[in-house]
Amino acid sequence: MRLTQGMFSFLPDLTDDEIAAQVDYFIRNGWAVSIEHTDDPHPRNTYWEMWGQPMFDLGSTRPFMTALAECREAMQSAYIRVTAFDATKGWESPRASFIAHRPTAEDGFALARTSVQGRTQRYGIRADVTDRPTAGRYR
Amino acid sequence: MNAPTPVDEAGPDRIAGPDVVDLGAERRATGIDDYLAGLDARLVGLTPVKQRIDEIAALLLVDRVRTRVGLATGPPTLHMSFTGNPGTGKTTVASAMGEILHRLGYLRSARVVSVTRDDLVGEYIGHTAPKTKDVLQRAAGGVLFIDEAYYLYRPENERDYGQEAIEILLQVMEEQRDDLVVILAGYADRMERFFGSNPGFRSRVAHHIDFPDFDDGELVRIGEMLLADQQYRLSDDARATLFDYVGRRRSQPHFANARSVRNALDRARLRQANRHVTAGTVAVDDLSVIEADDLAVSRVFNDRPDDARESR
Ligand SMILES: Nc1ncnc2c1ncn2[C@@H]1O[C@H](COP(=O)(O)OP(=O)(O)OP(=O)(O)O)[C@@H](O)[C@H]1O
Ligand SMILES: [Mg+2]
Repeated sequence: MRLTQGMFSFLPDLTDDEIAAQVDYFIRNGWAVSIEHTDDPHPRNTYWEMWGQPMFDLGSTRPFMTALAECREAMQSAYIRVTAFDATKGWESPRASFIAHRPTAEDGFALARTSVQGRTQRYGIRADVTDRPTAGRYR
Repeated sequence: MNAPTPVDEAGPDRIAGPDVVDLGAERRATGIDDYLAGLDARLVGLTPVKQRIDEIAALLLVDRVRTRVGLATGPPTLHMSFTGNPGTGKTTVASAMGEILHRLGYLRSARVVSVTRDDLVGEYIGHTAPKTKDVLQRAAGGVLFIDEAYYLYRPENERDYGQEAIEILLQVMEEQRDDLVVILAGYADRMERFFGSNPGFRSRVAHHIDFPDFDDGELVRIGEMLLADQQYRLSDDARATLFDYVGRRRSQPHFANARSVRNALDRARLRQANRHVTAGTVAVDDLSVIEADDLAVSRVFNDRPDDARESR
């Protein structure tokens, strides 16, 4: 099941040139760009792991694309997203975020039912992949 | 021996277009001439340096036209080394280089990131690589100016972290040479030794530019320009005294070319102010005039060279 989170996720995956063009736009706006990855695609899992430091004050897209390639190489079976943070207003806030890499086989989500107070049902979703121990995810 | 096979110079992929390209028009379109003319007016002397800048501009211009008509052009290597004595304009020219290469379409931005050893090399294991990479991220797309580059290499300490920074730099200078221009600067003899023990740098640097010392006349002109920027001028006597001053100062320790002139003039401004305050009143016109006396009391005229200590 194709994960749809962030910008562009209903489009075909962005090519590297398209990713670089987005990042170029972020840099021109003075935003810090960061790379994050996760093996838990639950939509409420907002805090993904950072790949390196956020890149403040990037001079060109080149060092970013190199870091993205390194992250993909090391995290082939994870989701990788690119986030642009804007601190130019004095508060820091994400301006853009999109998935830049996904595992070849994407697992889906299960509907989880919980009974509470007799016959009342609570519904939730659970990413199938998180049933497996971390080491075995997205093999 | 076989005769060499004739090669079609234009190559099979030449794009159809006019047979003659107007390089003058091409050059005007970049707006580089205005900038170079301004630089020429702002920088006294430095003829060989300006010549080399012109040659680089010509190369990049021709490369652009070649690309447009479909001829092969590998990105030229533009890493440079600037060697010369203190105060000969190395840092000044490096900061102009970003603008020049940007206008010629070679660099994404005109940004010049200026660093020394301390900005690149860390203090403990694992500290250096992130530091160097951080600098390289900022400098990407522009110019990275490494002042006194030889301090990166400290052979006397075999576990010096400078080596780690050097290795990262060498790799980036190779792989990202179309996105980053590295300028290494320093005094000629030490740079020579540095290149001798780091052949990787020597082979990656395409342009070795030497900054000559200024002659006395040039130093006086630099002095007058520095003063004009601050709305001061020299009286005729003072100009003669400054000429005399630079001649003597040159043979004393810690002579730093244009910077020595600037320091001498800063002191002259102090004395001028003091002279006026002591006198009590001053003609408005005299507020901007430096007199010979303001310079003459300067220490070099006492002929005590060990007194000529001057901070850089
Ligand atoms: N050709 C020049 N014309 C006018 N002013 C100059 C010229 N060259 C240098 N200056 C002035 O002299 C001062 C010192 O120049 P700069 O810092 O570029 O020298 P440097 O070669 O980098 O010296 P160092 O090796 O000590 O770092 C600056 O204030 C600069 O404006
Ligand atoms: Mg300098």
